[in-house]
Amino acid sequence: MVRFEGVGLRYRAIGRAGRSPEVLHDISFTLPDGVFRWLLGPSGAGKTSLLRLMYLAVAPTRGNLTVLGTDVSAAPRRSLPRLRRRIGVVFQDFRLLPHLSAFDNVALPLRISGRPEGQVRADVTEMLRWVGLGKRIDAYPTQLSGGEQQRVAIARAVITRPSLLVADEPTGNLDDAQAERLMQLLHEMSRLGTTVVVATHNDRLVARHPAPAILLEHGRLTGHH
Amino acid sequence: MFGAAVSVPMTAVSLRPTGFDELGLRRALSDRLLPFLVAAMAFLAALALAGWIGAASLAREWQAGSGSALTVQVPRPSDPAQTAEGRPDPAAGKRVDRTLALLAGTPGIASARRLSDAQLSDLLRPWLGAGAGRLDLPLPAVIAVRLSDPDADLDSLGRRIGVEVPGVLVESHGTWVGRLTALARSLQACAGLALLLVVGVAAAVVAVATRSGLSARREAIEIVHGLGATDGYIAARFAARATLLATVGGAAGAVLALPVLIMLAGLAAPFAGGAVPADQGTMAFLAALPTTIWVSLLALPAGAAAIGFLTAQGTVRRWLRRMP
Ligand SMILES: Nc1ncnc2c1ncn2[C@@H]1O[C@H](COP(=O)(O)OP(=O)(O)OP(=O)(O)O)[C@@H](O)[C@H]1O
Ligand SMILES: [Mg+2]
Repeated sequence: MVRFEGVGLRYRAIGRAGRSPEVLHDISFTLPDGVFRWLLGPSGAGKTSLLRLMYLAVAPTRGNLTVLGTDVSAAPRRSLPRLRRRIGVVFQDFRLLPHLSAFDNVALPLRISGRPEGQVRADVTEMLRWVGLGKRIDAYPTQLSGGEQQRVAIARAVITRPSLLVADEPTGNLDDAQAERLMQLLHEMSRLGTTVVVATHNDRLVARHPAPAILLEHGRLTGHH
Repeated sequence: MFGAAVSVPMTAVSLRPTGFDELGLRRALSDRLLPFLVAAMAFLAALALAGWIGAASLAREWQAGSGSALTVQVPRPSDPAQTAEGRPDPAAGKRVDRTLALLAGTPGIASARRLSDAQLSDLLRPWLGAGAGRLDLPLPAVIAVRLSDPDADLDSLGRRIGVEVPGVLVESHGTWVGRLTALARSLQACAGLALLLVVGVAAAVVAVATRSGLSARREAIEIVHGLGATDGYIAARFAARATLLATVGGAAGAVLALPVLIMLAGLAAPFAGGAVPADQGTMAFLAALPTTIWVSLLALPAGAAAIGFLTAQGTVRRWLRRMP
């Protein structure tokens, strides 16, 4: 379960003193387990910021945030890593580690969780084959196309079978067939109990896969249906 | 398909493959600079340690032999001794005999032995040359005294002899040995201070290297942190790398310091009462190095490792606290 209660977010001002403007205001909504949600809104509306709150990269400046049943505002800092391991993230800019091969990038969350290496090997090989990169296992991110990098990023986000999957423009570099395949994966995961939130500008994709949406505009919630 | 690929139970033990460098620290904490700086620090630490050990053993040696010896000088030794009123007292014999008799009658004195003229001219040769005896100088008699009680009251002894045999000088070796010991103790303190400084600088060097590694790998750390790595996990990666580099540096510094220390030990041997190592090959020289120095040389890589580990752990954990 993910619950926002009157959440506001203000990024820490860099350099100059004083307060930077609030980028999210009074956000309140609840996502039950296993639902699929679009996150829609114009560029700069605050979609990425909202997702960053969900995957615990930033803490709310005010209000209460509950992620997977844990009250994040009240939880001690050392309890957060365990919670993060239950959240899969596909970043808008992929954020692959450039000095690691596709295999090691996808294996990373499993190794951080301390999974046995034999299992890591089997799971990662299988996953990379599934996203169509079975032959590029040892390639480094710079040797991959944008779409291939995005698929590695997707593989890394779902390899641990997270309870919450957060995807920021996950189809930006995919062709229609790949995007369809990804949507099938996301629906399958949500059917198996994962809460899935996907931020996108891709209206055609949304039209092909109708689902409830969180609508953001100028940092405010303008609809949740 | 997907479901089969990822249904995996959690296990507590970490079995991450050795050499898995997820933070790219092999480049960010490179083996170019840090081991050399740590080697230089270890070299200086070896010298400081040797100075500390050497000064301590000199102070100990000097102090052990000192408390129990003193020298009594009797000017005009062959003149007849005087009575209390200042007239010659033929019954008391020569001044030197009178002094010896007084010394013999004093409790706490183990032996009092007059140095022969030959021994005396040996002592004076550096100043007067080989012909000292023939110069016919009015040399004082010198009596070497050994005390059985090192705490004997030398001031009152000196005063008592001075009344009976005017002009006699009682000189305790203790005074000189005290000064030398104080000098050795100060050298020891300086060496200790130098050692502390070296440890501090080494820690600072590791901290600076770790910090630059942190900012070079900021993005990778954020990603790994976002994937649920604990502070301990990230700090352990840095600490492992820093420990390796510091250990290599510490070992190199110790090896470089070895020949210097052997040479210094050779120079210091006569002062410490040991034999000057004769020309018996390398093994004799190696044996000349005190065990404590061998132990501290072996301790250098271990110390460097500890400094590397603790500094990296502290630096990384403090840095990570800014992350949510
Ligand atoms: N790290 C940051 N520090 C300060 N301000 C930020 C930061 N990240 C985003 N912002 C500001 O927050 C607002 C919302 O940005 P956000 O990235 O959440 O928008 P978005 O909806 O994801 O846009 P897009 O669709 O273009 O990705 C913007 O005005 C942006 O300038
Ligand atoms: Mg965005």
